[in-house]
Amino acid sequence: MVEVGDQQYLLQIENGLIQKMEIGPFVQRTWRFAIRAKREAWEKFWQKTPAPGWHDLFGLLRRGEVAFEGDQRVLMAYLQYVKLVLAAPRKA
Amino acid sequence: MRLEPIVGKYGEFDFEKKKVRLYFEEAGSGIPLLCLHTAGSDGRQYRAVLNDPQITKNFRVITFDMPWHGKSSPPAGWEKEDYRLTTGSYTEMIMGFAHALGLEKPVVMGCSIGGRIVLDLALKHAGELRALVGLQTGAFVERYYDSSWLDHPEVHGGRACGALAYGLMSPLSPEKERWETVWHYMQGGPGVFTGDLYFYQVEGDIRGRIGEIDTSLCPLYLLTGEYDYSASPRDTEAVAARVKGAKFTVMKGLGHFPMSENPEAFLGYLRPVLAEIASR
Repeated sequence: MVEVGDQQYLLQIENGLIQKMEIGPFVQRTWRFAIRAKREAWEKFWQKTPAPGWHDLFGLLRRGEVAFEGDQRVLMAYLQYVKLVLAAPRKA
Repeated sequence: MRLEPIVGKYGEFDFEKKKVRLYFEEAGSGIPLLCLHTAGSDGRQYRAVLNDPQITKNFRVITFDMPWHGKSSPPAGWEKEDYRLTTGSYTEMIMGFAHALGLEKPVVMGCSIGGRIVLDLALKHAGELRALVGLQTGAFVERYYDSSWLDHPEVHGGRACGALAYGLMSPLSPEKERWETVWHYMQGGPGVFTGDLYFYQVEGDIRGRIGEIDTSLCPLYLLTGEYDYSASPRDTEAVAARVKGAKFTVMKGLGHFPMSENPEAFLGYLRPVLAEIASR
């Protein structure tokens, strides 16, 4: 689950590919882990060249600008992948 | 194959009343410059400094892999205990190595945990050192994530440590150098990064004592990459504000691993500092 402000996105990932993305709001949906941040924080994160401290998920974590919820083991096991996928909009 | 001027050697090193097979590299001649790698990595991070003829013409650049790291072995019996770095063991390691090699008044330069320990060296060993250079220095880093995930049987430690190091670098640093820095992290032994972080994030809080550092005994230079959110420029600035005579520079466009993530940009900041040290 990725939350950009109030907007929810539920991503289903298999074998390194995003198989499905659904757009919320959801009712009673199950997810493994969620990454939530304000829209302004994501906008800074998605700048082509982000400012210092806004360039990485853990940078946002240190600033208190992101929340990781749910199964932390899955997040940490796939951390590099998650970081690269969530930073992909920078290239767009 | 173009050979580099770096020479690697192994030696039996006395550490905490045990023997450790220690690996170190060196290049150049002149003033000894001892370089300390970051937590969970090894001396390869300094290859650009060791390969820089402008530096090695005046400096004997040396870097050792800490016990448990890189090509250095842990002491016999390592399997019976958790590895944990402390202020005491780290200081003994550095000064013991300098003594073992007979280095006369070396310059010590360290990054991250190395940038942190130079503050202890400034307090306790200033008279034995020519100068100190702290890269990404902070007096203390409070935990902002749960580092136990970096040493967890159900998470690949190399992948997790690599991903953590990746984020601490600048998006402006060259891809090739950034991913090589990640690779060093991916090769670390299980629990070694977290063992180093025990010193960095738990035991080694020096905030109460840095005001006692006397830079007239040993000059202190602090260089910090602006993209580091672990030891940020603000953290280093807080140190510089309390240590009279400390010289602080923010390195634009660099992150937590300046010497390995963007060697050319880093050398641009380091060479003038070393030239000043050599001229004193």
